[in-house]
Amino acid sequence: MKVAVSSRGTERMSVVDPRFGRAPYFVIVDTESDEVEGIENPGALAGTGAGVAAAQLIADAGAEAVITSALGPHAWAALKSGGIQVYDAGRGTVDAMVKLLLQGGLTPIEEPNADLKAGAARFGQSPDAK
Amino acid sequence: MSVDPNGQLTIAIAAGKGGTGKTLVATSLAIAIDAHYPGCAQIIDCDVEEPNAHLLMQPELTAQAPVEVLVPEVDLDTCTRCGACARACQFSAIAVIRQAVLTFHGLCAGCGACAYVCPVDAITEVTRRVGTVKSGSAGEIDFVTGTLNVGDQRATPVTKAVKDRIRDDLITILDAPPGTACPMQETVEGSDYCILVTEPTPFGLSNLQDAVETCRRIGVPCGVIINRDGSGNDGVERYCAQEGIEVLLRVPQDRRIAEAYSRGETLVATMPQWRDELATVYYHITDMVAAQATGEGVS
Ligand code: SF4
Ligand code: SF4
Repeated sequence: MKVAVSSRGTERMSVVDPRFGRAPYFVIVDTESDEVEGIENPGALAGTGAGVAAAQLIADAGAEAVITSALGPHAWAALKSGGIQVYDAGRGTVDAMVKLLLQGGLTPIEEPNADLKAGAARFGQSPDAK
Repeated sequence: MSVDPNGQLTIAIAAGKGGTGKTLVATSLAIAIDAHYPGCAQIIDCDVEEPNAHLLMQPELTAQAPVEVLVPEVDLDTCTRCGACARACQFSAIAVIRQAVLTFHGLCAGCGACAYVCPVDAITEVTRRVGTVKSGSAGEIDFVTGTLNVGDQRATPVTKAVKDRIRDDLITILDAPPGTACPMQETVEGSDYCILVTEPTPFGLSNLQDAVETCRRIGVPCGVIINRDGSGNDGVERYCAQEGIEVLLRVPQDRRIAEAYSRGETLVATMPQWRDELATVYYHITDMVAAQATGEGVS
């Protein structure tokens, strides 16, 4: 299964970004082959519609599950309709999150938890970026 | 003063952020122009997400018309899930996520690109109402306002619809949405002049700089009205001097103005002396626009 994690970087050890639509990158981890692919999220800087664009991006990359923290109603609807499971990320690296997921340690997000357009405003740039 | 009431200027009133007194200036200017040229003024509230000029002008709105856009409807039986529509959409208003095809009408600009690229003609375009344009008059002032339906995020079609009501035979004041994002740019674009309303504070200055850059980029000449003058520092004045931007008017920090505004009164209604001050600003803008037009004609 391929898992997409919203992230500050492109690597396995990159830190998770809580924002779905506005995360600068997604790291796609293939849990079977253990391959890792970092993809840039062009929607990070977009106006509205960033969440839908991000959902399209990771779906096109073949992801069947997403680990993130905050996503709005559009992104949530897009992922759900496509049958992509969404899990709530904690703080830490992409690697740690995927391991937690495989151990059953992450809770699914069952409803949108951010407002439209809220991505940037709610979390902004955390001081612990990098 | 060389004044031509048939000059039919369109002047946008904008501000880098909300709450600077932009609408107060816009409505007061319209009233001042009307006082000098009865029946020649028009005000259009282009802040379709939060229109408020009507609160100050108390217009009688006699007509309303829907604003409609064409949005895609996908025939899922014909659709092959090829994803071409999603790739063609600049607004992420249509997505093909594995077997699901989703349309987000609130994001849709109604451009038709998705239907155009669909290889199997699975997309038909259906009309959807996104807002309303209302028109009427406040005294002799022609009044137009638009509202974007709640939940819709693309103001563009409604902004366009209200701007379509700009009358060539009237002097038009456009009350632009706050900020410098697309809706503000779409309002200011094509205007003869843009008045930027700001407060003399560091925060006001930074918003003003954004607004000035935006005006320059879209090629609309601009000048500044400082509201609550005397309440901050001289940063705005120094910036304007440095950049060669004219300060058209300074409205002092005055409790009476603030109180009147909170009662829903315009500047002009509270203190009639501002009518002449604002009319002078209008004359001055007329002269500047005329001079620029001649300048361009010569070169
Ligand atoms: S009409 Fe234009 S904006 Fe609307 S979904 Fe189709 S491509 Fe996107
Ligand atoms: S372009 Fe047409 S066929 Fe392809 S996914 Fe979109 S609606 Fe379906």
